[in-house]
Amino acid sequence: MSSQTQPASRANILWTFVRFREAGISVFILILAVIVALRAPAFLTLENATDILLNISILSIVALAQAMIIITRGIDLSVSSMIGLVAMMVAFVMKQSPDFPVLGAVLLGMALGAVLGSFNGLIISYGKVPPIIATLGTLAIYRGMVFYYSQGTWINSFELPAAFKLLSKGTPLGLPNMVIIAIVFAIVVYFFLNHTRTGRDIYAVGSNPDAAQVAGIRKQRIIFLVYLISGIACGLAAVLWASRFESAQTNTALGFELQTVAASVVGGVSTGGGAGTVPGVLLGALLLGMIENSLPLVRISPFWQLAAQGLLILFAVVSDNLILRRTQRNKKQ
Amino acid sequence: MSENILELRKITKRFSGVEVLHEVSFALKPGEVHALLGENGAGKSTLVKVITGVYQPDGGEVLLNDEHVHFGDPRDSRQAGIAAIYQELSLFPDLDVAENIFVGRQPTMRSGRIDWRKLYDEAGKLLTSLGVHLDLKQKARSLSIAQQQMVEIARAFSINARILIMDEPTSSLTLNEVADLFRLVRRLRDEGTAIIFISHRLEELFELADRVTVLRDGAYVDTRPLKEVSRDDLIRLMVGRSISNLFPKQDVQIGDVVLKIENLSHTGIFENISFELRKGEILGMAGLVGAGRTDVARAIFGVEPPTSGQIQVNGREVRVTSPEQAIRLGLAYVPEDRQLHGLIPPMNITANISLPMLGQYAQRGWLRDKVERTAAFGAARQMEVRANNIWQKARELSGGNQQKIVLAKWLSTKPRIMILDEPTRGIDVGTKAAVHALMSKLAAEGMAILMISSELPEVLGMSDRIIVMREGHLTGHFTRAEATQEKIISAATQAVITGSAM
Repeated sequence: MSSQTQPASRANILWTFVRFREAGISVFILILAVIVALRAPAFLTLENATDILLNISILSIVALAQAMIIITRGIDLSVSSMIGLVAMMVAFVMKQSPDFPVLGAVLLGMALGAVLGSFNGLIISYGKVPPIIATLGTLAIYRGMVFYYSQGTWINSFELPAAFKLLSKGTPLGLPNMVIIAIVFAIVVYFFLNHTRTGRDIYAVGSNPDAAQVAGIRKQRIIFLVYLISGIACGLAAVLWASRFESAQTNTALGFELQTVAASVVGGVSTGGGAGTVPGVLLGALLLGMIENSLPLVRISPFWQLAAQGLLILFAVVSDNLILRRTQRNKKQ
Repeated sequence: MSENILELRKITKRFSGVEVLHEVSFALKPGEVHALLGENGAGKSTLVKVITGVYQPDGGEVLLNDEHVHFGDPRDSRQAGIAAIYQELSLFPDLDVAENIFVGRQPTMRSGRIDWRKLYDEAGKLLTSLGVHLDLKQKARSLSIAQQQMVEIARAFSINARILIMDEPTSSLTLNEVADLFRLVRRLRDEGTAIIFISHRLEELFELADRVTVLRDGAYVDTRPLKEVSRDDLIRLMVGRSISNLFPKQDVQIGDVVLKIENLSHTGIFENISFELRKGEILGMAGLVGAGRTDVARAIFGVEPPTSGQIQVNGREVRVTSPEQAIRLGLAYVPEDRQLHGLIPPMNITANISLPMLGQYAQRGWLRDKVERTAAFGAARQMEVRANNIWQKARELSGGNQQKIVLAKWLSTKPRIMILDEPTRGIDVGTKAAVHALMSKLAAEGMAILMISSELPEVLGMSDRIIVMREGHLTGHFTRAEATQEKIISAATQAVITGSAM
């Protein structure tokens, strides 16, 4: 096949940035940082930077799991409820037995998350329920269980042991533990997605489900697996959440699913499945974290924050569609 | 020990109670190319999927080297050395060329980590040995259909299969690519690989295959050495009757010019295309895949308006900027990719046929069911669509019947000019003959038809005049009498040859 000379394309800069998502979003983040820093110098302090990192650690962990699911053409709306339920249960255990080891709490959280995630996975992969419906159902069920389990009460800071509260904020390694946990998690996910067969199978299943089956990939197992991973990630996030905010409430993480979807999609995960990268999702999370952090600094009402997230999602999806249309046009050459 | 590497005995397969394979037997020897022949819906693809373990048979047995085997999924058959290239392309658009070849079985290091370097090395070697030049890191999404097919073939070859199944591997390849493919197939055969080859192009079977097994309506008909059968024998076995005239082009009175194209250009895609189309005429448009023929058709139909040039319909200059407008001018365009542009697979036959005419079937915004149903039923009957009823979903029909639905849909708009893009690609001989007969009848009734086709016998057999495109330019123009296979190929591939003044 001879590749014919491409028509002289009007190489516009915007297009390049839209095309290479990581580059585009990095530039966007830089511009935003400069604008905010000019109006509010406090933005550039080390303290504020740490604050942003702390804020996006939990988001990054759950967004990476969400991204894996979106890559398989699914979605997990129940992440917020899974976090709320696990946070409540782990905090309750810590309140009842303050000597429970902190590492044990982390493992307990992940195990509880795994149970919730496998339930999602089972009904989606083997029960063939569309992901959006299945997880909308468990979003409500798991949140309902929070109320049932807690009888509507909260667990407050004074009821939690100090060691547990330090889990997220301690800095024995220079950076807060929570940030380090998120970084390690991201590295593991990166390696998994790019350097293992199972990781590549996730992309294959999302890119062409029928072909994946014909190629001998066990599609249902892969689908089950990503929801299981999401549950485990939410379990980990839940423990960090309870530790960081030193409480567990009935409305913990309410509405968090929007942020995880936003970070993924803004970070370049294709809503049609099959595409998305770890660095992209991390940048997406960083952008959301910066917006959240800077709106109060430049005295824009935080009420705009939700709208900003929504706008970003729409912008990202529209630009994805533009990319798709362009590549399909090029194909005809 | 028998000489067969693979033997199927009395395989039966049912889908929701409907028997699609009835006691089909089939035997394959090592080192032979065994053609599987039958009309669409005869059960070839189902049989292939039984062999590869995508489907499990409801009855009968599969023997591999005289041993009973049961393939629960494609993984099992692959481990047994069976590779398949399916009719529907099964690539992963978001993965690159190299990974597409090895997906699901990427080479790994001892730690379980994927050995990317080895993967790219082996993919590169494989493509070189196949004589294919592709960028290993290019995403499959941006490949042309022919390139995608080459990747599929490379994937099947990479398994070192003892049995290779090729379901219509040539349907979107150019002549040169087909020749390359055949060289490869022969090489594999000589090395002892058993090959099952499915194609609707009978010429290819005679060129390549050693034996042929014919299926009809899900049942086994016969197995014969190709040396002992004629083309007519094969058609008779397949259809159960003989089709006397493959290209039933009637002589018709050619009328006035109804469509005149002058210097039509779309920057970078095609340039200075000029031709005329007359009432009652079939104008064949030949050329290689990617020569820009479809783009010209889409420009005329207003899908992607041209950047310059004139279009005249019935002597009046028009500016077509949308398909709606083209339909109002009496044009119809039957696209090449039926699934993508021509049909709405989850909708039923009636809804598909009435789609372009909904406005006419409605009264004060309410659709009159009965009018719609009657019109659709009539059109479907005229096209001899084979379906359980007109409420059946389009995606449940065979390729040939889908094509008939698309034609019925556009005929219901009562066009005067029809553009048919590869009207018989991938459909079986019987349906093909029906489509050709219909085209001929339409032309006789005064329809002007522009037929884009990559199949030379079809172009030569059906056209009153033939134009040829190459790389976005018109490179040949022949009358029916002047045209030969050689002239068209040379115009499609190299220098400009003109038969007579345009």
